[in-house]
Amino acid sequence: MKEKKIKAIAVGVSAGGLKALVELFSNLPADFSLPIVVTQHLHPADDSYLATLLDRITLLKVKEAIDKETIKPGVIYLAPPNYHLLIERKETISLSSDEKVNFSRPSIDVMFESAANTWGAGLIGIILTGASSDGAKGIKIIKDAGGLTIAQDPNTAEYSMMPQAAIDTGAINNVMSLDEIGKFISSLRR
Amino acid sequence: MKKSEIEELELRLLLDAMYHRYGYDFRDYARASVERRARQFLGKAGLSTISEMIPLLLHNVSFFQTLIREFSITVTEMFRDPGVYRVIKEQVFPVLQTYPFIKIWHAGCATGEEVYSLAILLQEAGLYTRATIFATDFNDEALEKAKQGIYHLENIKQCTINYQKGGGSESFSQYYQAKYDSIVMDKTLRKNITFANHNLVTDQTFGEMHLVLCRNVLIYFNKTLQNRALDLFDDSLRPGGFLCLGNKESLLFWDRAKHYEAVEESARVFQKKYQPERLNMTNGY
Repeated sequence: MKEKKIKAIAVGVSAGGLKALVELFSNLPADFSLPIVVTQHLHPADDSYLATLLDRITLLKVKEAIDKETIKPGVIYLAPPNYHLLIERKETISLSSDEKVNFSRPSIDVMFESAANTWGAGLIGIILTGASSDGAKGIKIIKDAGGLTIAQDPNTAEYSMMPQAAIDTGAINNVMSLDEIGKFISSLRR
Repeated sequence: MKKSEIEELELRLLLDAMYHRYGYDFRDYARASVERRARQFLGKAGLSTISEMIPLLLHNVSFFQTLIREFSITVTEMFRDPGVYRVIKEQVFPVLQTYPFIKIWHAGCATGEEVYSLAILLQEAGLYTRATIFATDFNDEALEKAKQGIYHLENIKQCTINYQKGGGSESFSQYYQAKYDSIVMDKTLRKNITFANHNLVTDQTFGEMHLVLCRNVLIYFNKTLQNRALDLFDDSLRPGGFLCLGNKESLLFWDRAKHYEAVEESARVFQKKYQPERLNMTNGY
């Protein structure tokens, strides 16, 4: 059995996401060494306030992902409003203005699938609060590629539908509260 | 070889086959998107691996035609990102107004909604009659739709809102006729538009443009191809000409970016400097 080496974290979140992301990221240590990619559903007309806001509450750098940039350790990348975020196998970002998936652009499924292709068993996929079922298909792809999958406990999520939809696929390894997820990922090293 | 490496290889072989058999070159497209489209197609075609598509592609032209449709992105809308049109109207038109003829190239126009949007603004600014617009795409089917100028009625409310936000000063309804569940764009808007097939991967420049628009196309390319396309636009633009890209596209990774100034960074509208930077003359002088 090969040793699993964690390479990256992908987070999908929708309604109730701002509060959840603040809680999740505010306690990450300054020397956190994994890259984190995040798809948060936003209104297409939203500007990029989310990155600015999150950047203030964490010791890590939070930024809106730029097309073709290289993914760096310890940086949190957010999908821009109205664009899907995809991960290239050389660990760079690609954006896409393709059709909406699950009525969403950015779509969590789109990001999860490309992240699973790139990082395989080295990926941790996390589904948080949301009133959507986006991400359920993608989390299964992550699991099938050997990655570790986590859903926020629906009982503690502001909106339970999205984590519940992920759990219902049978592809979730761990159901945890936000606090537990935060502590768990804080302990990880690349 | 790991499973994911085999899949990567399969995709590479598929793109090679497509290029060598039909001349369509997706080899320098951003792989993640192409891979996603290929996988989506697999499901529809009832196949299980990407390499199964290769013999079908080689021997069956209609299979290729279906696949190429899947590979070309035609998502667009009237006055998409209206703020951009406002910048064009308020900051680009005043410069274009100083020319007796205005040449515009809209590259990657897909089904044409954004071309008609620009035509409308040109008409309202009194610039349309001296403008020539070349609207190009590599997808003939999309171009045909663009030429027809017939769109779904269901989007009309959003179009109208976008038109107003984009700086339209009349009533959007005067530019189309509603027929059943469609709208037909006013034919006079098409008078100075030439729709033509052009592929940014393999084709050459258009000359002496005052304005080049290419929105949400470059994100589908890798860096090499992005730079090829940007070089093509640069070679097509007159000094002082304008380049308008998609909202999340930039000149960051392009070596000729220094010859451009942002007119409005957030709208991704750039102006080519009138005088190129002095070349390095130290050698031999």
